[in-house]
Amino acid sequence: MKRLGLILVPYLWLLALFLVPFLIVLKISLSDTELAIPPYTPTLDIAEGWEGIKTWWAGLDLENYTWLASDDLYWKAYLSSLKIAVISTLLTLIVGYPIAYGMSRAPDEWRPTLMMLIILPFWTSFLIRVYSWKAILSNEGLLNQLLIYLGIITDPLVILNTNVAVYIGIVYTYLPFMVLPIYSALERLDESLLEAAEDLGCSRFTAFWLVTMPLSKQGIIAGSFLVFIPAMGEFVIPALLGGSKTLMIGKVLWEEFFSNRDWPVASAVAVVLLLLLIIPIVLFQRNEEKQREAQK
Amino acid sequence: MSDTARAPVCVFAPWDDIQAKPLIQFQNVTKRWGDFTAIDDLSIDIYAQEFFALLGPSGCGKTTMMRMLAGFETPTEGKILIDGQNVAPIPPNKRAVNMMFQSYALFPHLSVADNIAFGLKRDKMPTDQITARIEEMLSLVQLNKFANRKPHQISGGQRQRVALARSLAKAPKLLLLDEPLGALDKKLRQDTQFELMDIQEKTGTTFVIVTHDQEEAMTVASRIAVMDHGKIIQVDTPAKIYEEPRSIYVADFIGDVNLIEGNVSRTTEGHATISWAEGQNELTGIARNDIIPGSVATLAVRPEKLNIYTSRPKDQSNVIKGKVLDIAYLGNMSTYVIETPTGQQIKAQVANTRRIQRRQITWEDKVWLSFTETAGVVLNQ
Ligand SMILES: Nc1ncnc2c1ncn2[C@@H]1O[C@H](COP(=O)(O)OP(=O)(O)OP(=O)(O)O)[C@@H](O)[C@H]1O
Ligand SMILES: [Mg+2]
Repeated sequence: MKRLGLILVPYLWLLALFLVPFLIVLKISLSDTELAIPPYTPTLDIAEGWEGIKTWWAGLDLENYTWLASDDLYWKAYLSSLKIAVISTLLTLIVGYPIAYGMSRAPDEWRPTLMMLIILPFWTSFLIRVYSWKAILSNEGLLNQLLIYLGIITDPLVILNTNVAVYIGIVYTYLPFMVLPIYSALERLDESLLEAAEDLGCSRFTAFWLVTMPLSKQGIIAGSFLVFIPAMGEFVIPALLGGSKTLMIGKVLWEEFFSNRDWPVASAVAVVLLLLLIIPIVLFQRNEEKQREAQK
Repeated sequence: MSDTARAPVCVFAPWDDIQAKPLIQFQNVTKRWGDFTAIDDLSIDIYAQEFFALLGPSGCGKTTMMRMLAGFETPTEGKILIDGQNVAPIPPNKRAVNMMFQSYALFPHLSVADNIAFGLKRDKMPTDQITARIEEMLSLVQLNKFANRKPHQISGGQRQRVALARSLAKAPKLLLLDEPLGALDKKLRQDTQFELMDIQEKTGTTFVIVTHDQEEAMTVASRIAVMDHGKIIQVDTPAKIYEEPRSIYVADFIGDVNLIEGNVSRTTEGHATISWAEGQNELTGIARNDIIPGSVATLAVRPEKLNIYTSRPKDQSNVIKGKVLDIAYLGNMSTYVIETPTGQQIKAQVANTRRIQRRQITWEDKVWLSFTETAGVVLNQ
């Protein structure tokens, strides 16, 4: 009985926090828009009993999904999001790996401090941090002022409101999610393995490729998914830092919801996004399991 | 124990040859971490084709010596030469030295076979040769069935054998083995010891081996270095270490020994005599000439060198009298613990032949122990 309870708790949690909201969104995506509150139809009227459920059911259709397929804005937005998410994941990896590596090689007494520095940004609001990037990247921003002052450029670089700013924003925001899993993989790495590799004829560099890299693979995979999955649906960063040409599905979703007040289409966009993300999420879970097994 | 010592067929003793060039030279090497001295002004020559054993208590600096040879630590002071060349500037991957790590250091992401192949691949050995070499190494350590397992899927003893196979695979000029056989059962350990000696004879590889097992050191080593606190106390052949220890520390460290303290009453060429207790005969043993009359010295004599009698032996000079305190039956031999009237305990080990005289000895019996004048060593440090 007690065990059943223990198993039940996470499932109830999942039900309440994931499945129920998902079903609501799914239902809305099958509805039609209407100028009302809430702005869609049909709404279920339990009071009418069985008849009510029947009319409600009849009112649901896949119209919004065919609409998504017919307008190329949507799949272009999905593709563009995918591209931005993939590129920024790679960039985060390139920036994050050396940081994680450095942390794992640092003297023991420094590590808590370094860890703290990685986590510190989470202590201020995400929005404030993204806004401050606006101040850094704008034409009159800190970065351009500095570069002009140093004489490296004469005309300010246009970074804000371009995809470059979006990449910077995503890399900055999600860096800890990349660094921490890689760090935890590297920290477990036994120093004597590298010595053994060197002893058997490897240079430091080949030892890194043949030993350090493969042994941090799981950390790299975990970190990449932790960045890729949220980056795919990212809205705030493209909205604040990206330009009119930055096309991301999160932005489309927001516009459908709040500008067009077309909840059903917005919900359909969200459902498709979720379905697209299920594949990487499942892959991520598999990687975690494999990692747990290897540690046994 | 001395009978397990390997008798050299033809005399291999480059350390006695002034002309011989050592393969490895430690010249006044000191290694410090902060103010802790792990290796203390140590000098030693090790010759090609030796099977050199380092023996000493935990933390005395054995692994540190190995790591300096392999290139993972640099001496704080002094020089290490291999083949007459100072190795300080040579990185580990450029040294013709392979090391078997005390912690094994197997690559967890590679199979047993790939672990063994690791060093061979770095040498760009052709694939078919690598395959053949892996097979050879796997049969040597009897792990053919486990070639495709990952290190976490095999037992501790099997891991140790993989580590051994990996270090042997490249057939280096100098092989450093840090407790290579500790996790193996007795039978497998003996087999592997003989394999190692065989490899050594076939390939002429020089071995430096760390072991906690004296019997192992006795079996395999051409010379043994007994270490303590970062210093080498004595380097000698197994037989000499056992029979002619230079210090009480070495006598006590290797094998069982009776230590009898007394005053040196007189010395003759190569011998010294001590008087050690009221009412007991003086005892004579071989001695170096730093033993001077009037000083305090200790006679070290191995239990198996003592004979036990139920009546006072007539023709023997070294006689101790006492009574039987304890008897331990060990199958092929028995150990008698004898207590002298002054309360000192002395061990005698006697082979169990069918002689009635010995079988009669029992607890509380009055007995006499004796040994020859060359059986014991008189030591003053
Ligand atoms: N990196 C290090 N920093 C500080 N002290 C060290 C370091 N490595 C070893 N030591 C110290 O040096 C001494 C010798 O260590 P070493 O590993 O050589 O011992 P050992 O003879 O191999 O012992 P064991 O038989 O237990 O393996 C030990 O007291 C150890 O604590
Ligand atoms: Mg050690």
